Amino acid sequence: MSEVVISAQSVSKTFGAGADKVTALDDVSVDIFQNEFFTMLGPSGCGKTTLLRLIGGFEQASAGQILLEGQALNDLPPFKRPINTVFQSYALFPHLTVRQNITFGLEMKSISRSDANARADEMLELVQLAQYGDRSPSQLSGGQQQRIALARALAPAPKVLLLDEPLSALDLKLRKEMQIELKRLQTETGITFVFVTHDQEEALAMSDRIAVMQSGKILQVGAPREIYEQPTHRFVADFIGDSNFLRGDLVDGPHGGHAISFGEGQVINLAQDVKSDKLKDVNVSIRPERLSITDAQTAKSNQLTGTVTFVTYFGTDTTYRVDLDGQGPVTVRMQNGDGANAQFGKGDRVGVVMPPEAIRVLVD
Amino acid sequence: MAQLFRSKRFWLIAPAVVYIAFFMAIPLMQMAYVSILERGDYGGVNWGAFSVDAYVNFLFERDLMDNLVLNTDYIQIFVRSFGLSAMTMVFALLLGFPTAFYISMQSQGRRNFLIFLVTIPFWTNILVRNYAWMLLLRNGGLIDGFLNWAGIETGGLDILYTPYAVSIGLTYTYLPFMVLPIYASLEKLDHRLVEAAFDLGADKRRAMKRVILPLAAPGIAAGCILVFIPCLGAYVTPELLGGGKFMMIANLIGSQFGAARNWPFGAGLGFVLLALVLISMLAYSLKFKSLPEEKI
Repeated sequence: MSEVVISAQSVSKTFGAGADKVTALDDVSVDIFQNEFFTMLGPSGCGKTTLLRLIGGFEQASAGQILLEGQALNDLPPFKRPINTVFQSYALFPHLTVRQNITFGLEMKSISRSDANARADEMLELVQLAQYGDRSPSQLSGGQQQRIALARALAPAPKVLLLDEPLSALDLKLRKEMQIELKRLQTETGITFVFVTHDQEEALAMSDRIAVMQSGKILQVGAPREIYEQPTHRFVADFIGDSNFLRGDLVDGPHGGHAISFGEGQVINLAQDVKSDKLKDVNVSIRPERLSITDAQTAKSNQLTGTVTFVTYFGTDTTYRVDLDGQGPVTVRMQNGDGANAQFGKGDRVGVVMPPEAIRVLVD
Repeated sequence: MAQLFRSKRFWLIAPAVVYIAFFMAIPLMQMAYVSILERGDYGGVNWGAFSVDAYVNFLFERDLMDNLVLNTDYIQIFVRSFGLSAMTMVFALLLGFPTAFYISMQSQGRRNFLIFLVTIPFWTNILVRNYAWMLLLRNGGLIDGFLNWAGIETGGLDILYTPYAVSIGLTYTYLPFMVLPIYASLEKLDHRLVEAAFDLGADKRRAMKRVILPLAAPGIAAGCILVFIPCLGAYVTPELLGGGKFMMIANLIGSQFGAARNWPFGAGLGFVLLALVLISMLAYSLKFKSLPEEKI
């Protein structure tokens, strides 16, 4: 993960004109590195597919440019880019056999028929469908078609492989299998994968880095752990996993750094180095599993008080809904250990412990 | 069979079956019968007097010594008709495919409008349209006049009453039958397949050759059949634009039932044509079945 393969620089894309003008991408800049599994994650309409199509050459950027290994791609049509795509609907050629589908891209590169067929067999081996070369794509199951689409896109050995929600049409079990399969293929081939999905679990499970997108902007780019544990935006914290959101004022901490005040003397130190200009009424997030409940009477520094309103038992863990004094409800998820956790019931006065390193001050 | 009659679906097609049986099968059998009768002296036939003269006359004539000698006149008319129909089919394909392709690339609303425009010629009687072409093509007509006005001395275009005029007229008449089926197959073509072809390194020409044309093949085949077969039976266009000098099968058949008063021969010619069409269709469908790429 050193060299930059794809570099998007201040890329904007608008569709339509006048009153119907839609901004799909708004001044997006991002670098994608050699040999990484890069995921663009976001809800539908966030611009992730548009960015993918710009990299693939199927759309033209309205502003900005995309570089491939330092060279501008803007005027290069898709068939001249060393980039291949796995389409959402697979887009296998129905009039060709599986093998002919795979050799299509090789023939376009004027590779001899025998070499192309050898490469196709190698690809079929790679996706574990060696016996299926002479079938028609329509004779294959969805998962098999998916693998053939992968084999077809990988056969010309592209510098970058684009994947447009390739797993969304598969059922859950198959999707889990294919997640592992994709990760394996990426590692084995060493090709940079740029993956688009709206499924946060999928993104966390497979990616080296994730770009979380919303309304045509990239909000945060980082490793899955970083995205999950240190979200920068309320949207990121909300979209990925569960989060509790609180509002407070930033104040100076007693030992330097920052602390956050929830009013009425409830001040909690922060581990995070906050660079926010805004001091009053900032958003903070904290994951439910990072919170824990203690007896309200036990005074602790990083602790707010509240009343339990709801308890749900899930087997491995229990979820408590706690109405914090002056803050509203938060969710606390605690693992059901060997009975060491005190059991709390509805109406109990409790203290909610917030580890400083688990509290994230958000940009908005 | 009994099960077929009990099923509700049968009754859905029953009216069509009855209609075709009555208005197609019966007249066809009647004509088959006529074709093996003796001709009447003043037109019509001698009912009950059988003769294969009609089919013999297609290939042979009797010389003064009453010997059968080969007569290629009728075969020439058949060959000319097939040639002209094939030429028309090729012209219609060359014009029709780009048209259908262009229409299929437009937005939904525009597509509907353009398809609507394609069907407009059907609103006007075919006779009127052919007379219009006469006005366009004749010496001193619109096209000739325009060329002279533009400084190109034609000295009279001399195209009306030639095979070219007939082919132009036929292409015009049957072009929509080429455009519509090709459009139908292009319209349902998944655009992502074309994108996939580009993605895999195919330029426009190769995407057309390797993906679009093979997938549009059923529509192209249907369009060719829909142009070729009615062309073989064209009557009005050769009569008007060919000036009657230029006979096609339908004109020959028409003259046998009319001026020549040889009903059995007219009917016989009809069946020779039918047989040739069926044989060529059979050959065509067998050929297409054997191609693995056509399983779409």
